[in-house]
Amino acid sequence: MQNISINIEKKEFLNYENKIKPHIAIKNFNLEIAKGQFCSIIGPSGCGKTTLLKLIAGLDKAYTGSISFGKNKAVYNLNKAFMFQTPRLLPWLNVQQNVEVVLNKNQKKNEISKKFLSIMGLEKFLDYYPNKLSGGMQRRVALARSFATQPQLLILDEPFTSLDEPVANLLRKMLLELWVKQPTTIIFVTHDINEAIYLSDKIVFLSKPPSKVLKEISINTKRPRKMDNNIIQKIKNKILKENKSILKGEL
Amino acid sequence: MSVINNSLLIKLLSFILLLIFWLIIASILNIETLPSPLDVFFKLQKDLSNGSLIYHLSITLYRVLVSFLLAMFIGVAIGILMGNNKKIDNILDSWNIIFLNIPALVLIILSYVWFGLTELAAIIAVSLNKIPNVIVTIREGARAVNRDLLQVAEVYKVNKTKKFTLFYLPQLYPYLIASARGGIALIWKIVLVVELLGRSNGIGFKLHEFFQFFDITSILAYTFAFVVIMVAIENFFFVPLDRMANKWRT
Repeated sequence: MQNISINIEKKEFLNYENKIKPHIAIKNFNLEIAKGQFCSIIGPSGCGKTTLLKLIAGLDKAYTGSISFGKNKAVYNLNKAFMFQTPRLLPWLNVQQNVEVVLNKNQKKNEISKKFLSIMGLEKFLDYYPNKLSGGMQRRVALARSFATQPQLLILDEPFTSLDEPVANLLRKMLLELWVKQPTTIIFVTHDINEAIYLSDKIVFLSKPPSKVLKEISINTKRPRKMDNNIIQKIKNKILKENKSILKGEL
Repeated sequence: MSVINNSLLIKLLSFILLLIFWLIIASILNIETLPSPLDVFFKLQKDLSNGSLIYHLSITLYRVLVSFLLAMFIGVAIGILMGNNKKIDNILDSWNIIFLNIPALVLIILSYVWFGLTELAAIIAVSLNKIPNVIVTIREGARAVNRDLLQVAEVYKVNKTKKFTLFYLPQLYPYLIASARGGIALIWKIVLVVELLGRSNGIGFKLHEFFQFFDITSILAYTFAFVVIMVAIENFFFVPLDRMANKWRT
């Protein structure tokens, strides 16, 4: 009974120049995510995906509604990890320190950080500063950091954008491998439907703002899937045929 | 490596050149008010051996250190508060501008008048002169802090001490080092004035005494000793500190 339920009545932003008419980013948003599920969220640009993730992560608490897990326990208390659109590494710490910094003192920092960085193929770069690494390597450090905390909930916000396709593919594979080794619930935001089909158990399509859930589609194809495979194309075509303008946030 | 050695060599040569100029001009003019560097050197040696220079130098350095630490500590704390909180910034901003523009001499005189000719008054006067500068620099730094990195600390529930020392403070390093370097240079000059006006020991007091006897040789000897110490602090403390803090940039 560790499902995550997200019920947001309303999330609005006050516009300082126009206080009368606040911008409503999210309204009547209801979503249930099963424990251990890989759930992708797709929505048109500006529909409030990042806002939603911030609410789930507890970075923004100004909303009405509830985000809970199990029997009404606040998601805030879950052990969470967040992989942002950019790697957000601390430039003054080396690769290993960047992972260790988010671990607490009861954990075997040295052992854990080395373990996850080796899985990411970074064992030779432990003492490198982030500015010496390529964009793809920086994201691998961020991914290692996310899993090192052994999160119960992992949130990823378009983590592989602005990478070239082979590197992005490698990272997607690494993400899935880590997830198999260390199962956790994942919420993954993307605008790339192929990526979503490749990775997820469930894809959630969001509407234009004020954002709500348009449609949930389960992907039951067996893993490992192949990114350039017909099956993914077929699923994609089927979804888009049945729901022509779903990527624009309309039904 | 050769580039570094070269630049060091050039610096050394240019310093020696300065001494030679001084020597030539002093021997041409041959007046009492411009002693030659050799006279100054012998005087320095004498004052060093009888201990008086060391005594006054250490007193002045002690005052510099205490007022520097006080000014940095208070300035950094207020600067961070003002940089992070618009309300506090609005309240304290005009005060800060006033203190920034009161002449050092006025603060020194007022401090002596209000708190007496005491050590405390001297330290307060010096610190008050520096604090507004520290505040202005650190506030700028606090405003420029990258909130994205702080969010990382929040999501992973990093504890407050770690968040401050590893996520927040390193972002202020360039501002801290800039204000510390500028601070120490400003502070030691003000300390001398404070000593001249109301203390009975320290370099400033001695300079005043030498001035009354027109003892230029001693004035130069004391000044030289003090400048050497301050340059040493810059080179053996601030430069390595700066290098350490910026290791990741290279």
